[in-house]
This record gives sequence, structure tokens and C-alpha cells, in this order.
Amino acid sequence: MSFVLTEDQEMLRETAMAFARDELSVNHLRALRDAGANGKDAKTRQKLAELGFFGVIIPDEPGAETFGLTGLGQILEAQGRTLAATPLLQTALIAASAFQLGGSPAQQAEWLPKIAAGEVTFALALDESAHFSPYSVSTEAERNGQGYTINGMKKYVPDAHHADTLIVVARTFGDSGDRHGLSLFLVPANAKGVTISELKTVDSHGAAHVTFDDVVVSEGALIGPADQGADILDPVLDRAAIGMAAEMLGSAQAAFDMTLEYLNNRKQFGQLIGSFQALQHRAAKMFVELEMTRSCVAAALSAADEGKADLAELASLAKAKAGELVHLVSNECVQMHGGIGMTDAAEPGFYMKRARVQEALYGSASWHRDRYARLAGF
Amino acid sequence: MAYDNAEQLEEFRLETRKWLEANCPPSMRTPMVDDEVVWGGRNATFKNPDSKVWLDRMAEKGWTAPEWPKEYGGGGLTRAEARVLEQELRRIKARAPLFSFKGKTRWCQGYSEPGAGSDLAGLQTRCEDKGDHYLINGQKVWTSYADKADWIFCLVRTDTSTKHEGISFILFDMKSPGVEARPIQLISGESPFCETFFTDVKVPKDQLVGRLNGGWEIAKRLLQFERSSISSSGFGGTGSLSPEEYAKQLIGTDESGRLLDGDLRGRLADHRMYAKAFALTVQRQTEQAKAGQAVGHTASILKYGAAKMNQDRHELLIEALGTEGLGWAGEGFDKGALRVTRQWLRSKGNSIEGGTSEINLNVIAKRVLGLKEHQ
Ligand SMILES: Cc1cc2nc3c(=O)[nH]c(=O)nc-3n(C[C@H](O)[C@H](O)[C@H](O)COP(=O)(O)OP(=O)(O)OC[C@H]3O[C@@H](n4cnc5c(N)ncnc54)[C@H](O)[C@@H]3O)c2cc1C
Repeated sequence: MSFVLTEDQEMLRETAMAFARDELSVNHLRALRDAGANGKDAKTRQKLAELGFFGVIIPDEPGAETFGLTGLGQILEAQGRTLAATPLLQTALIAASAFQLGGSPAQQAEWLPKIAAGEVTFALALDESAHFSPYSVSTEAERNGQGYTINGMKKYVPDAHHADTLIVVARTFGDSGDRHGLSLFLVPANAKGVTISELKTVDSHGAAHVTFDDVVVSEGALIGPADQGADILDPVLDRAAIGMAAEMLGSAQAAFDMTLEYLNNRKQFGQLIGSFQALQHRAAKMFVELEMTRSCVAAALSAADEGKADLAELASLAKAKAGELVHLVSNECVQMHGGIGMTDAAEPGFYMKRARVQEALYGSASWHRDRYARLAGF
Repeated sequence: MAYDNAEQLEEFRLETRKWLEANCPPSMRTPMVDDEVVWGGRNATFKNPDSKVWLDRMAEKGWTAPEWPKEYGGGGLTRAEARVLEQELRRIKARAPLFSFKGKTRWCQGYSEPGAGSDLAGLQTRCEDKGDHYLINGQKVWTSYADKADWIFCLVRTDTSTKHEGISFILFDMKSPGVEARPIQLISGESPFCETFFTDVKVPKDQLVGRLNGGWEIAKRLLQFERSSISSSGFGGTGSLSPEEYAKQLIGTDESGRLLDGDLRGRLADHRMYAKAFALTVQRQTEQAKAGQAVGHTASILKYGAAKMNQDRHELLIEALGTEGLGWAGEGFDKGALRVTRQWLRSKGNSIEGGTSEINLNVIAKRVLGLKEHQ
């Protein structure tokens, strides 16, 4: 395991940080929100493609080195800092990982270069209830001779309101709750029978409920073997949780930095409010939590790159810690800004709103604590 | 009218019940809807005509200010009677008829300034004696409904050479030339507050309340009322299902009815216990006060507890709702859930408005516990 970035990864990090700072500030999100864009941002997608950010974990040619998930984690952390809404988590991480872990050689050859070039975006359509519960899938895919017919509905699918293609987790066998019997399908967002209902979400990133009404796909739409989709889904979700944890680390760090700056500038009772010990200790505790979470995220990213056996455990650790961290820091950021923190004109509220979405997706801290316990055998 | 025994009080209860039965319109016994809140004032509007009927009847009885003397338009009730009235109103789930007294004039509060929040006494809005009038210049912030209010009660600086002793309490018409109010948008989307600017606002001298430079004493008392009214009534914002109910619906339970998410279950129980402990503390303090025992600084304790309780409740609601609680507007989300999301954001102000939680804890540490100031 390595906690030190390679020189290339370090450069990638700096590029990503500068890009987020200069072009994807919170004000950019605010402008998109006020224009009613709901997270749709074609210009940014184009720039991300030019920077090569979609292909960070995809080798130029088979066997070539990549920046790895560690590299992609740096970019996600950077976009987390400014709360940018980008397709990277869904496309560059989740979809690319799904093809790498479960795609046929033909699928890999078809899709990975397109992902790397930023030519296609994806959305993972998994959740069917308001709570993450990956095997609770009732959406059905029924064999129909040459292919499958899909019926069902998915809730709050991030990016589904602008993605080109959906990766749909559907049931080909068994009952909701069973691990066995899940299958992954590629479904074009504009396929007949797919209805995408856009949602206006609290974080201004948007999302969509998706329904499938007799959607017909071919055999070739299946990623990996039928019924055994969970073998791909589980490691993909671990990576998604880790990627989201990296993003959350960035958000927490930025909210913390903003708070620290405020403590160092705002005066009441003739003193900087940062001189009050009641606030100093809370800031210091947040810093301790930030440092601990940073270690967990780095360890999880590196475990994914090295194919370590404790990946699942580290993924849950990173997502749970990042969830607790971003929850704490976003609340404190509002509180320590006093009344200003309650205004829409200031930035703390944006961090708090995005934090709750980050916390809920790919398993809440509560869900991951439970899984961590299960993995540890109690 | 004073009741010296329980029997007479019971009679008052029966009379009140009968009167309410006859006079409270049925639609006023349903949960309040945001746009039907009655604020009164020169520009009062009544979206639901029953609101006006209800207000007029209650105001005529003096029951919009039950404990005020009758000569001043109040109801002239004793403490005990007022409590009975409150209980009877609650029994039929009656809406508050009004947010201000009588409904003739709608007031706003001009306290906080950009540079004077926690340190309210650091306020800088200048009030100069110009012989036959006062001249006011400065800026207030967080003036609730300044854009809709008729009059303001305002803290101003009348002496710059001292801090607390240089503050006065003054009233003036918001229509006075030189007053400008700009709404502030909250993170929850609403804009009930304003930034208010005063440029050469002329105020007649008889509108100063109390002694020149004696405003701080008045403000302190009013803040205490504000804190204790918050602590006794809590922060409201309920009306939704409880977090436990949402969790049961959206996460599910096992055969014995236990919530499937054991971690969340523990925290929900913790919150319920806190809420119970809070309610018991309010009750204990009320009874002790009634018995004439000293309770001291309850306002700060309860204000702190009420803020924590309401914020915890809303965080648990958001967690129990999962992605259902992450909507902002429009289709695709349950209407009740959308309201909870906005209330969750609004609840973050509870530990800031009316004195921050940090300031309340400072008050407890210094005034109640007698701990020394950091040197
Ligand atoms: C929703 C809402 C409604 C409001 N309504 C009104 C209203 O109707 N009328 C009105 O006049 N005002 C109102 N206010 C203003 C409110 O009273 C102030 O926001 C509050 O007193 C805090 O002041 P501030 O915003 O300047 O924060 P600051 O005083 O700058 O505080 C910033 C942070 O520093 C902390 N801090 C400050 N001093 C200390 C200390 N000594 N020790 C430890 N920590 C400290 C605070 O607790 C806070 O976390 C409202 C505010 C909100 C958010």
C-alpha cells in the first residue's frame, strides 16, 4: 500500500485542483442552478474530455500503465472541493470499472475507448427504494428468445437525466433481497419503453427516477454472465463508495478551510472568533477527523489499484468515515459562520446540501458500519 | 377575576370550551398551512376568510394577548386561566389566530447588525439628537419581515463613548423616508428576513422608549422573553411524520417490529430520550417556579436544548427518508418529504437565532456555574 502519490499522479492532482478552482467553482454550480440546468453541463463535459479525465483508469493499450483509481480519486477529491457536478463518478469510475471487471472483450473494445474519449456517459440504475440496499432489486429482465425484456423502476438515479446509456441492475432469477439472480444490462437512455423523470434535488446536481416498460434488449446487452451480476456489482459498488469517499474528503476539506478562514477573520467582542477556545477545540477535532479520513481514503484507493483482499473492508471504512466527516464539517461550517451561514448568498449551505446526497449514495455511514461489522465476523 | 380554587378554574374551563366550540371555525382546527399564517398589520391579508373571523373573535375577547390587562386590549386572564385557555385551544387543535397582538400593527425587530451578532451590544447604528427629532443612520440585518412590517422596534447607538450604556430603544414607522429593506434568501429557500438600511431617517423624539441610553436593559429583557418563548414552544416545524415512522416505512422492520437498521434505531431511541428528558425538564421547572422555588437561567438551558432537539430530529428525518428526503421541488418527491427537507435546512438556524448555542453555553458556564473568564 502506498500513501505517496507517484510523480504522474501528483501532476494529475495539481491539474485537477487548478481546473476545479478556476472553472468549476461553487459559483459555477450556483449559476447552473439559477439557470435551471439541474446538473447538466455539456461545456464542462467537453473540457473534462479534453483534459483526459474520463480515461484515467483506462489503459491506452492493453497492459499499459494508468493513473489508477488513486489517480481518479485525486480528480474526484478536486471536484468535491468545489461541489462540481460532473459525469466522472458514474462514467469514468463506475461504468469503466463494470466493463473492466465484467465486460466481454468485445464490450471492452467497444466501450472503454469511447469512455476514455468522453464520447459516452453512463448512469448506474440500481436503487429501487429510498435506501441503498443493492440486492433489493425487483426490476425484472425476462428472457425473450434472442434477448431480454425489462420491466420495473429505479429511484433517484444520479446522472440518469443526462447520461447516454444506463447500466441497469435487473433480476433474472430469484426474489428481491437475493444476491444470486442479478444481472447487469446496458440500456440506451433513449430506448423504447424507458421513461426518465428528472428530479430537482437539494444539491442542484439533479437525478432521475427511471421506469422500464417492456424494454427489449439483445443478449449482447448483458455485462458478465446472467444471474451472477452481483460478482461484478459488489466490487463496482466498493469502487463507487471509495470514489464518492474521495469526493466527500474534498468537500469536507474545502468546507473546513472556509470555516478556518472565517474563524481567522470574523471579529466579535473585539476579538477574532477563532480566539475562542470553544471554537478552537472543535476546529482542531475536525482537523483530526480530516486527517484520519484522508488516510482511509488513500488506503482504499490504493487497495483497489493493488487488488487487495481487504478492499471491501477498506471501502466501507472510507465511506463511513467520509460520511461522518462531511456531516460534521458541513454542519459546523454553517454554525461557525453564524447567521451568514444560513444565507443562500454564502457557500456553507451548498456544502451541507451536497453532503447529505453524498452521505446517502452507495451506502450511508450506518450501512457501512453494519457491513464492516459483518465483514469482521460480528 | 381571580380564582382561588380549582372548582372555579374548572368552571372557567367549561365556559372557555363552550365558547371555543361556538366560535372557532372548523377550518381553523386543521394544521396551519404556510400561506394562511395571519400576520396582521396595515397590509394584512387573509387567504382563508375563516382566518379573519377567528382573529376578530379572539381579538375582541382580548385572547390574542390573554394575560394583558383589559385596559390595554388584553384578556385580563390570570396565569392559571391563560394556561387553561392554552390547553383548550390545543385540545381542539386550534390554529394560532395571529402572529402579533390584535393585528392592527405588524412589527419587526431591529437588533442584529452585520458587525453585531453574538456581540449585540457592539451595534453601530447611529441615532443623533437633532433638537426636535432624532436622526438615524446605519444598517440592520436579520430584520424579520422588515419588507412587510408597519413599524420597527430598534436598538440604536446614542453614545459612542461607552458600549452597553450608549444604546437606546426606539420605535419608528417603516414608511419613514430613508428606510429600505432588502430580503435575504435563506438556504431553505424562503426570505422572511431582510437587510435594512437607514439613511437620515427622522424620528420624533417621543418615540424613544424608556431612558436615553437605557435601551440595553429593555433589550435584555426582551431577549429573555424571546428565548423562553422559543424554549417553551420549541421550534415548531413539525407536522410531518416522526423520524421513526418514516424509518419504519422506508427501511422496514423485522417480525417483532424492530427497525431493520439497528444503528439508526439506537440513535432514534437516543433522540426520543433526549426529547423526553427535555419535556420533563420543562415540566419540572414550571412546577418548581409555580411553587416559588428559584430555577435560574432556565431560558439559556432550554433554548440550547430546544435547538439541539429540533436539529437532531430533522437530521434523523433526513436520514430516515434516504433519497426521498433529498428533493428540492417539483415532481418525483412526496410533498411532505419536500417540506421536511426545507424544514431540515431551516432548523440549522435554531442554534444561531435568538443567541447562538455557543453564547448560551457561555452564559451557563459564566452566570450559572460561575466559571471565570479566559484571561
Ligand atoms: C434564522 C435566523 C433568524 C434571525 N432572526 C433575527 C431577528 O429576528 N432579529 C435579530 O435582530 N436578529 C436575528 N438573527 C440574527 C442572530 O441573532 C445572529 O445571527 C446571532 O446572534 C449570531 O450573530 P452573527 O450571525 O453575527 O454570528 P457571529 O456572532 O459572528 O458568530 C459566528 C460564530 O462564532 C460563535 N461565537 C461568537 N462569539 C463567541 C464566543 N464568545 N464564544 C464562542 N463562540 C462564539 C458563534 O456562536 C457562531 O458560531 C437571526 C439569525 C438567523 C440565522
